[in-house]
Amino acid sequence: MLSSQIKSNEIVFGCCNKDLLEEIIFYGIGLGADFVEIFIENTDNSSVLAEEDFITSVSPSFGRGAGIRIFKGKKDGFVSTNDLTKHGLMRSVSQAIEMLDITNNNREVFNGLNKHRDYSLSKKKWINEVPSIHEISEKLLVSTKSLKKNNKIITRKGSYSRNLQEVIIASSDGTYVSDIRLHQTVGLNVIASDAQYRSSGSRRFGSSGMPNEFRLWDHEKAANDVFETSMNMLYADYVDAGQMPVVLANKFGGVIFHEACGHLLETTQIERGTTPFENKLNEKIAHESVTAIDEGISEGSFGSLSVDDEGMEPEKSVLIKDGILKKFISDRAGELRTGHKRTGSGRRQNYSFAAASRMRNTYIAKGEHSKEDLINSISDGLYCKSMGGGSVGATGQFNFAVEEGYLIKNGKLTSPVKGATLIGDAKEVMPKISMCGNDLELAPGFCGSISGSVNVTVGQPHIKVDSITVGGR
Amino acid sequence: MNSREITTQISKAADFLNLKKWDYGASFSNDYSVQVDKGEAKQLKASQKQILTIRVWNQSNLVGITTTSDISESGIKKALRQANIASDFGNKNETTEFSPLAKDPIEVKEVKKRNPVGIKKLLTLLRGAEVKLLESHESIKSVPYNGLSESFFERVYANSEGAFRSYSKSQAALYLYARAEEKNKKPRSSGSVKLGYGADDIDIESCIEEASNKTISHLNYSSIKTNKYLICFSPESFLTIINAFSSMFNARSIIDGVSLSNKNSIGEKLSTEALNIYDDGLHEKNISSTPFDGEGTPTKRLCLINKGRIENFIHSESTARIFKTTPTGHAGLGSKVSVSPDWIVVEKSEENIELKTSLDHSTYEGEFVYIEELNAIHAGVRASQGSFSLPFDGWLYKNGKKISIESATVAGDIKYLLKNIVNIESSQEVTTSGISPHIWVDELSITGDA
Repeated sequence: MLSSQIKSNEIVFGCCNKDLLEEIIFYGIGLGADFVEIFIENTDNSSVLAEEDFITSVSPSFGRGAGIRIFKGKKDGFVSTNDLTKHGLMRSVSQAIEMLDITNNNREVFNGLNKHRDYSLSKKKWINEVPSIHEISEKLLVSTKSLKKNNKIITRKGSYSRNLQEVIIASSDGTYVSDIRLHQTVGLNVIASDAQYRSSGSRRFGSSGMPNEFRLWDHEKAANDVFETSMNMLYADYVDAGQMPVVLANKFGGVIFHEACGHLLETTQIERGTTPFENKLNEKIAHESVTAIDEGISEGSFGSLSVDDEGMEPEKSVLIKDGILKKFISDRAGELRTGHKRTGSGRRQNYSFAAASRMRNTYIAKGEHSKEDLINSISDGLYCKSMGGGSVGATGQFNFAVEEGYLIKNGKLTSPVKGATLIGDAKEVMPKISMCGNDLELAPGFCGSISGSVNVTVGQPHIKVDSITVGGR
Repeated sequence: MNSREITTQISKAADFLNLKKWDYGASFSNDYSVQVDKGEAKQLKASQKQILTIRVWNQSNLVGITTTSDISESGIKKALRQANIASDFGNKNETTEFSPLAKDPIEVKEVKKRNPVGIKKLLTLLRGAEVKLLESHESIKSVPYNGLSESFFERVYANSEGAFRSYSKSQAALYLYARAEEKNKKPRSSGSVKLGYGADDIDIESCIEEASNKTISHLNYSSIKTNKYLICFSPESFLTIINAFSSMFNARSIIDGVSLSNKNSIGEKLSTEALNIYDDGLHEKNISSTPFDGEGTPTKRLCLINKGRIENFIHSESTARIFKTTPTGHAGLGSKVSVSPDWIVVEKSEENIELKTSLDHSTYEGEFVYIEELNAIHAGVRASQGSFSLPFDGWLYKNGKKISIESATVAGDIKYLLKNIVNIESSQEVTTSGISPHIWVDELSITGDA
């Protein structure tokens, strides 16, 4: 049946919903909205947990919902609902219009939706290609078994989650796209114990749009890494607090840039007036060795997208070039309120959040030094091999936990240390990243912010920070 | 469909699929919120949300689960089918049953459910609050994080043996975080959060005053020398620490090997005899109280630490069975049932003899660090190891004067902290996460300047 022949009173996934979507948008524009955006999603998720040598949790979930956003001037009203009928969607539009107190008729014109751009065409088979719960369970159990390398390991966990999200995005500028997103993550965790000593180790891996990735995942290597971290840290002393040079490892070490600087380059921070970089475009904000990029296009990376949650294809944004600020990460509201062009970075956790400017795959570009060059350049400092989580406060101050750290003495790695926290301020730290290695690697993560938790990639080569506050004992 | 109709629908669909044993938890909510930016409405939000979690037991008595937002007839059938498939992977080593208390009477206090005031009134109230906060001090240049919301929700638990519980309530929240800027100084930020049963119950004036006073009080700041200090934890910061290490009292965490406690820790001395800690989800000051947990077990007050010793653990149905006790009303419905505290109440017991001091934060003139608020808990706490290293907002008190601490972390070990409590002040303060007095701890490491 031709899509145009379908006259449905409800959104139907897998069909063309153009007539219904146009009707809803016409309704909103007719009531006086400057702009109407409809985001509809259908999800099919599963997660599996293995503890020791048993599967202890299998959690499927599914759901549908819509988020409707209306702009009037620079303010917006957002309504989310599980009701995908015509009546439900129109009621949501009316609610948003009423919230914004729009009473006047509009001069905006809606010329109908563009030709449907379907990014999901080659992805519809994914659901049949992803591993079954049975297959996942078997591999997770093999993985947790691999962690049992000695009797000091007292807790072993393996977890897997798969999120399949089908989205339809339509708006009054004619945007009409649909897509299917597939994200898979797998994590391993251990706790080691010996008398009064305790340590832990964890790693997370993730991909987007690669149904076979979990099958290809090298669980032995991952288990060895996690085990090694927990053993190295088991008898580690607490680090002495102080100011010191540090070398941050590649992969998840990139969380420092994500937290310390990346968030401050999102237009939501300009809107709030909470970024020190607001008026620094084309000015030097970092050491000349730093070039930083945010993009959504690396194939298979956890933060990659075919199209963002506002219907725009993601671009590769060079945020900082040789220390000079070149661009902000922007979404529709950001463009409207700050003037910075959209970058395909409008993202949200699900239909119940309005999209906001959010990072995707964010990393510091590789430099020319080897890891050894960086370590050799320090006489007394800290090597942060593995980072835990971090956060950035309202005044730009950040902190990160160091999961696995080693002292550097006279250019050599020495004893492991625990309890370290890196504390700083983006404006002060960015100029202190003086050396970048040649070993750029990326790592997946989840970023929680104004529009919920989204999949991201952080990354960097090994980098040297000349001086930073290390919290310890 | 209302909750009775959903129960009937699930029962019919379960019969159709020949599923004899099932239970479900559901929540239905309508939420409204506003944010403003210098007098202008920034974002106005409304959401209607429904979440249904169904568990089924298969013929081998293994449990499967599914969660969905689709509560149509077809959605419920699909959820039951998926849960049934998932039950093939049910945990054979730790079975789950209905809570033996799922039909016990629940203590429903006076239902404080308010009517919606509506987006326009929320907006008017928040605009007014923002203006007053901006006018409260010349250095306060913006209120970058602000919001006023009201929620109306219903929670339901029912099972195939006839248990049915439903509870509906309303809640409103206001948060104001101001940013102050002065020439040649770093920007400083602080704020306040207030809860109420409805928007009209929220003490907006005190939220403005608290946000303003806290922000201004951080304008004059200085770095602190890295060292060990005598610490006074504010009620809020002490509750943050206790909640972050609540796995010490959590039977689920103990079974999973991620707690500092073990099955034999009941009676273990953790702290001074002067310390009592309760979990009291039904406390009259707890705006977020709910009368039953995810398994339908009634919520109740439970003593966790009595005179410095561990008195009880918090339990779900399955952990209680393993520990040969009764569920305590702390379960969260899931494929693996979670256990978490509700609302912590810290008290000074009548046994004060072990307290080494009678320090009072409002009168003590010696040197100490006052920790007002701990930050970045998710990054700086290692609950399974007992260690923490956390940035904080606070002041250094010296010679009767106080100065805000520019940027610092406090680090230590929870067991060391509890053992080194040197005073528990007498008067308690109500916060959004519980009730506690000020707590004094000796010799904790602070990292500031080298």
